[in-house]
Amino acid sequence: MSSRSQPPAAQPGDTPRPPRGPGGPGPGGPGGHALVMPVAKAKDFRGTMRRLGGLLKTERTLLILVVLLAVVSVAFAVVGPKILGHATNILFEGVVSKQIPAGVTKEQAVAGLRARGQDRIADMVSAMTLDPGHGVDFDALARTLFLLIGVYLLSALFAWLQAYIMAGVAQRTIYGLRRQADEKLARLPLKYFDDHPRGDVLSRMTNDIDNISQSLQQSLTQIITSTLTIVGVLIMMLTISWLLALISVLVVPVSVVITMVIAKRSQKQFAAQWETTGDLNGHVEEMFTGHNVVKVFGRQQAAIATFDEQNEELYQASFKAQFISGIIMPVMNFVMNLNYVAIAVVGGLMVATGRISLGDVQAFIQYSRQFTMPITQVASIMNVLQSTAASAERVFELLDEEEEIPDAPECVVFEHTHGHIALENVSFRYVADTPLITDLTLDVEPGETVAIVGPTGAGKTTLVNLLLRFYDVDQGRILVDGVDVRDISRSDLRRLFGMVLQDTWLFSGTIRENIAYGREGASEDEIRAAAQAARVDHFVRALPEGYDTVLDDDAANVSQGERQLLTIARAFLADPDILILDEATSSVDTRTEVLIQEAMAHLMKERTSFVIAHRLSTIRGADIILVMDKGAIIEQGSHEELMAARGFYYGLYASQFEEALDEAS
Amino acid sequence: MIRLLRSGLRPYRWQIVLVLVLVLVQVIANLYLPTLNADIINNGVVTGDTAYILKVGGLMLGVTLIYALASIAAVYFGSKTSMALGRDTRGSLFRRVQSFSQAEVNKFGPPSLITRTTNDVQQVQMVVLMMLNVVLAAPMTAIGGIIMALRLNVPLSAVILVAIPIMGVFIGLVMIRAIPLFMSMQKKIDRITQVTREFLSGVRVIRAFDRTVYEEQRFDVANEDLTTTTLKVGRLFALMFPVLTIILNFSTVAIMWFGGKLIADGSMPIGDLTAFLTYIIQILFSVLMATIMFVMVPRAAVSAQRIMEVLDTEPTIVDPAQPVADVAEAGVVEFRDVEFRYPGAEEPVLSGITFTARPGETTAIVGSTGSGKTTLISLIPRFYEVTGGSVLVDGVDVRALAQQDLWRRIGLVPQKSFLFSGTVADNLRHGDVEAADEQLWHYLEIAQGREFVEEMPERLEAPVAQGGASVSGGQRQRLAIARALAKQAKIQIYDDSFSALDFATDARLRAALRRYTSDATVIIVAQRVGTIMHADQIIVLDDDGTIAGVGTHEQLLETNATYREIVTSQLGVEGVA
Repeated sequence: MSSRSQPPAAQPGDTPRPPRGPGGPGPGGPGGHALVMPVAKAKDFRGTMRRLGGLLKTERTLLILVVLLAVVSVAFAVVGPKILGHATNILFEGVVSKQIPAGVTKEQAVAGLRARGQDRIADMVSAMTLDPGHGVDFDALARTLFLLIGVYLLSALFAWLQAYIMAGVAQRTIYGLRRQADEKLARLPLKYFDDHPRGDVLSRMTNDIDNISQSLQQSLTQIITSTLTIVGVLIMMLTISWLLALISVLVVPVSVVITMVIAKRSQKQFAAQWETTGDLNGHVEEMFTGHNVVKVFGRQQAAIATFDEQNEELYQASFKAQFISGIIMPVMNFVMNLNYVAIAVVGGLMVATGRISLGDVQAFIQYSRQFTMPITQVASIMNVLQSTAASAERVFELLDEEEEIPDAPECVVFEHTHGHIALENVSFRYVADTPLITDLTLDVEPGETVAIVGPTGAGKTTLVNLLLRFYDVDQGRILVDGVDVRDISRSDLRRLFGMVLQDTWLFSGTIRENIAYGREGASEDEIRAAAQAARVDHFVRALPEGYDTVLDDDAANVSQGERQLLTIARAFLADPDILILDEATSSVDTRTEVLIQEAMAHLMKERTSFVIAHRLSTIRGADIILVMDKGAIIEQGSHEELMAARGFYYGLYASQFEEALDEAS
Repeated sequence: MIRLLRSGLRPYRWQIVLVLVLVLVQVIANLYLPTLNADIINNGVVTGDTAYILKVGGLMLGVTLIYALASIAAVYFGSKTSMALGRDTRGSLFRRVQSFSQAEVNKFGPPSLITRTTNDVQQVQMVVLMMLNVVLAAPMTAIGGIIMALRLNVPLSAVILVAIPIMGVFIGLVMIRAIPLFMSMQKKIDRITQVTREFLSGVRVIRAFDRTVYEEQRFDVANEDLTTTTLKVGRLFALMFPVLTIILNFSTVAIMWFGGKLIADGSMPIGDLTAFLTYIIQILFSVLMATIMFVMVPRAAVSAQRIMEVLDTEPTIVDPAQPVADVAEAGVVEFRDVEFRYPGAEEPVLSGITFTARPGETTAIVGSTGSGKTTLISLIPRFYEVTGGSVLVDGVDVRALAQQDLWRRIGLVPQKSFLFSGTVADNLRHGDVEAADEQLWHYLEIAQGREFVEEMPERLEAPVAQGGASVSGGQRQRLAIARALAKQAKIQIYDDSFSALDFATDARLRAALRRYTSDATVIIVAQRVGTIMHADQIIVLDDDGTIAGVGTHEQLLETNATYREIVTSQLGVEGVA
């Protein structure tokens, strides 16, 4: 079995996971490694496995076929050595027959041997079918060998068919599971994504499903054939000699005990290995991310020293882990060889006393080899199945998450809106005991601007979440042009809105594709125009690849501010009826901001806009200001009204803006 | 991969030789057993000599023991060597990256460099381990098996000599098809991860733009693609085992037939037949073990390639052969007609930059995003190399100074205040290893950080996490500033380092800094006019990376349109956050 590690289930963020051992589809490798990896255990092994089996239901007919093919293939394979043993007997008997002169019967030969005191050989010979005076019966041998060829061919053919079909079954099932999981993601409420670390969900979608995939592909076939082989071989061994069979069966508990003892010790080392790996990763991440700071502060030598220390620790731990777990294979081989020696010796003695034929001993040696391998395989597969179950459980958890309330069956069709938005007695809370918005009523006329202000962390995005129906209100209702948003399909509703968030999201693709994301089927000219409007055209053209520059995780040439500009260009292209704008704080600097302000002002004209505002000009120009603090809307009104009220807004304004005004003028 | 292994394993060549010898012992012992078994049959069973059977049986036990000991020793040295290779490779990678300039780091990107140093190395070391502990035995068993077979009976060995090349050719054929498949499978798995990761990080945007269906299609394309490839691999391997078994079994049949003829005419004892059959099984078994490499090698080869890419990247910025030494530390920074462009870029990021920043003065740099402010200051510590003109520190071209010497003169507060995990004191002492606690408090006071550090229960010993959940953005900035102050450098560079501070703190901080850094050269990149208006000179960068104007606040306000535009926009700047 290939070694497979199951890293800790909880993944902090998107940090690189501890590397998985070699995996992937392939023939069963040496058993052993998988036995000793620390394995995440499933909470409900049986239930999860049953459900995993349920996934295969659509492939039931094929699966039954696979099992049948496996039974046939294994049966043929198991019979092989027996027939081979028969061939050996034909040879041996031929050899013995030749030594007996023609005309002498077997009984006479045996009696002769006894007379000479060679009782043992006499016993042996008396158990044989002899044709005295004649040599090896090649006709019989040829017949036997042709039978053998036939049996082997059929066994291989069925084995191939079984594996071929199984590959299809496994991959179709995994394809379906992956698709199911992806579609599930699309239906999950935003709350799920807000509550679960991204790395964890990602890990369920990728690593866990991969893990199941590998299991289905190899372990399933292996467990079927291995179990069948064990049973078949055991039966064949028993038909040959119960004594030899007993010796072989003794191997089982011995192997199990040895494996368990070693596995226990090596698991400790593997745990230490993962731990030091974590430490080292942490240090490397820190030093590489802070590359320049490390340099300027002359900390390179110190960084290298720490690295070397952790690196050495990791070396020690991983060496021990690999060594201890690596011992299992040789020790198992040793046990296997002991068994071999025992069979050779005892079998030899039995042949010599005529209690068994030579061919049978030879067959038995082959069987005993066939016997130990599937046992180690089954043992390691059981461990793999544990880790598979743990993975499957995590995937099923995802699939069982509560979904968004589906769109109302008869939605109001909306293509454009005047932008009249009303909130009627809206109440909302993320967590049961902390009400955020209580009884909020708001009427935004078409073309009006709503500024949402408040300190960082005041929950200014809550309203955005409600408007776009990322979350549904607990009480009251939100109306767009007089229609409850819950009566509009989410996709229609969201198409009315355009959004620029501080959290710039771009996908890996060219800059052109990213801007074009704003609207399907946008022309090159429209894309360029949007880029120019967002003042990002110059920057893009200064890049070596221009609009074809691929943005990905590694694209360090594109700064946060520039990414922001690209998302603004994307919103320009979308040309929405209602605008949601998260004003940049620091990533887009003042001068660019001026240009964007102008462009935005132009864009906001005639459009209802919600602005998470930081700039006084925006706030003062807004028709309605919502003041938020600690997640709740605490004041609402125009600038003049709020100033006159002398409340929170007044204090905020006095402390933050007046000084700025004084300094700047 | 070969190149990496060749250089990486050189120090361990004797250990590898030892492993080779030990594997050889294993192979011989393992192959000797069937011979002994043959002896038991030929000399014991056939003659009914039980004493002989027991004697040889004892010998077999001894051989088995030797086999076990050799195996364990081989595993020991194999693990040691492969893990040491991993350790060494990580070490060279880490050192290489330390020698990189910003340009090389950017070329790969920190996340990719991290993966290469950790996961990729892991892949390679596992392959070496498997190679030493499992795969080596395959060719040796094959060769040993042939030798033993030849010793027993030359004509019958022909069967093995035919079977092995057939097996080799078959495996070769599968390999030729499988390796590219594995390579592309790995890429497709990565693609799934990427699409999912993007979905997760952009779920709001995707839903807001109503592109869920589009994302699902993107995923489905990747999913189908991966499924097709995996299926191909699965089906290819479905063929593998049955075919190898057939080759083995047909060899067995051939041995029975031809061996039977030999036995019939008395030229071979019957026990040798069993030995031959066992050889064949052992050879095939070791070959099967070796096929595990199919799965590992392609992945490891990709990893090795990624590692070599890093190791092969020469740092573009290195110390001069003969650095100018003994330069007085005054802190004068001079730009002379500096141009900088990314390799192959259509337009330069910066061009025609000329100015001098003097000790005791504050030089501020303003301009829009993308105008190259951060790039400009990155040229002073030589994070990037200028592509035209020159940057001088204390009258010497930065390219003529030893980098350590250059960095010693510079205190830098980067845009993203990067703190190391450790305590507050640890972080501050990066600036000055020997600073006493009182000094640290002093720096904190200037950086307006004393108050919040005092409020933390562990004060100076309070832990700071690298991701930094424990301290807020503004606190991080102040700690980064204190750290730079602790360095007492002549040149102080603040790259947009006040952005997360509220106005009052910003003002107090600048006032404290002015007093404290009276003889230092201060260079500030900032967005807020309030932050820079008192600077001795303000350099205004235009969109295209040229200087739009240089002067004081008052001068620029009168003469410079770009600057005026910026200032007028500042009404109400940065307020509420």
